[in-house]
Amino acid sequence: MRRYSWGTGLLEIVMVGTTLVFLVPVYILVNLAFRRMDDLSTPLLPTSQPTIDNFVTAWEQAGLGSALLNSLFITVVSVTLIVIMAALASYPLARVTGGWSRAAYMLFMIGLLLPFQLVFIPLYQTFSSLKILGTPWPLIILYAGHQMPFSIFLYTSFLRALPRDVEEAASIDGANLWQSFWYVVFPILTPVTGTVIILNAILVWNDFMSPLLYLGGSRHQTVPVAIYGFVGEFNTVWPVVFAGLLIGMVPVLLAYFALQERIMQGFNTSARA
Amino acid sequence: MQPDTTTASTLARPALGARSKPNERRKPGLPGRIWWFIAPALVFYAFVTLIPSIRGISDAFTDWDGISITRNFVGLKNFIKIFSDRAALAAIGQTLTIAVAVTVIQNLVGLLLALGIASRIRSRKILSVILFAPAVVTPLVTAYVWKFMYTPGGPLFSIFDMFGIGDLTPSWLGDHRLALWSVIAVIIWQFAGYSMVIFLAGLQAIPKDIVEAAELDGAGSFASTLFIKLPLLGPAFLVNIMLSLTSGLKQFDLVWVMTAGGPGTSTHTISTLIYQNAFQFGYYGFSIALAVMLTLIAIPVSLVQFRIATRSNS
Repeated sequence: MRRYSWGTGLLEIVMVGTTLVFLVPVYILVNLAFRRMDDLSTPLLPTSQPTIDNFVTAWEQAGLGSALLNSLFITVVSVTLIVIMAALASYPLARVTGGWSRAAYMLFMIGLLLPFQLVFIPLYQTFSSLKILGTPWPLIILYAGHQMPFSIFLYTSFLRALPRDVEEAASIDGANLWQSFWYVVFPILTPVTGTVIILNAILVWNDFMSPLLYLGGSRHQTVPVAIYGFVGEFNTVWPVVFAGLLIGMVPVLLAYFALQERIMQGFNTSARA
Repeated sequence: MQPDTTTASTLARPALGARSKPNERRKPGLPGRIWWFIAPALVFYAFVTLIPSIRGISDAFTDWDGISITRNFVGLKNFIKIFSDRAALAAIGQTLTIAVAVTVIQNLVGLLLALGIASRIRSRKILSVILFAPAVVTPLVTAYVWKFMYTPGGPLFSIFDMFGIGDLTPSWLGDHRLALWSVIAVIIWQFAGYSMVIFLAGLQAIPKDIVEAAELDGAGSFASTLFIKLPLLGPAFLVNIMLSLTSGLKQFDLVWVMTAGGPGTSTHTISTLIYQNAFQFGYYGFSIALAVMLTLIAIPVSLVQFRIATRSNS
């Protein structure tokens, strides 16, 4: 039963076959992205004379260079804010057991019930009256605030499961609150910080709806919105569109293949939260 | 959830405090100044979620168009309109169809994949990495690739044609009876790997000796899967179901890019209709009433999800 049997071999064939079928759209995406404009053969056949022209066109026409920078800036700033603010808040929320702490925690957890759809229009008006629409700031503020409940939840549940001994030893040694947070608590939280960074970075990088609303038509587009606007212009020139999609996917896929185990584990945690 | 930890610690602390001298060490825990640590998170959260939610809910009872200065209280008119508006009713029905269909099919596919991967096949590592990959990519990419797959005369047609049934290729996104299911298929393609990963974690948590004992007792791998593994996957099922229900209910990106709600209103979801009413039609009050509806539909699911999460974290 423990060996590699005929049954296992059959299963292996079925699984590999299933995965190959599953990969057909990916094959077409890559295959077409390298195809010359005048090559009209079926997208199923391997491209005979590959070219990188489509990538050049997509890069220039969709402004992907600046879109990648914008996406990077927005992702880094919002994830940094999320990590710092959520970790800070989780310290009293996990360690003070009084009624106020419970009430504050519950107030944050209500946020898990309120979908983005409920807030995006009122926020649009707020951002519009603050005259910051079309800049990266509405998105950064949005992600920082909207991802707070979930991130606080992850940090708080982790911290609650840990003994207080270390921090208390630190406070006896004369460390003030800030020092015991920064030198004792925050380093202990590192595993959660990893999960919080991965999940929020992927969410922010991939988000389409909010940048469409708050950045649409501006110079500060993120990758998904830039591609969306670009497809609108180039409608059916699929090879160029696909080249643009591939460029936009590269950063996420690189991170994924480098950190696959950690990322799967992070998604697994998030699903439970 | 925290009942366990908090009650344990509140019970433990007076006892400890009583033993050590009063006003020493552990007594109040942390000084009151620590509340400043919550302030930044609270400010952002209130600004982005709490206040706009309250504003949104109150705007749902007005006829505001989103631009003009005047707004009139109209009571439940926007909500009543939802139930008489054909597009809105269709969108609610389609949203529920997506949520339920994705939940059932995606989890079935995810489960089968996980059972296949959690075996002795040699390619399990690489296959799981490939199958999960679409879940980390923006849905926009998936939407465009599949929009192309579905184009008349496109790749799917070519595949049908290879088997000599090209003429039978349906109009995937053009047929109002089929379009919704074409979109659902894409959602499943993108996220089946996510369900798989959660089932895989569940399978790995099953103690090996239980399965081995069953197999020693003569259970074949089919029997041990059916009677031993599946019942023990209960928590993974629950997590997966809640996850696909909530994401299905809020579906926007894939639908908006692939069909923008068409043909007709046959693929509109609550989210695409909210977007369209607010930003293309200017029916702001109606749009936000739809958002309130969506919230009400999603709350029970989110509550169950929160309960599961807090229990598994205790």
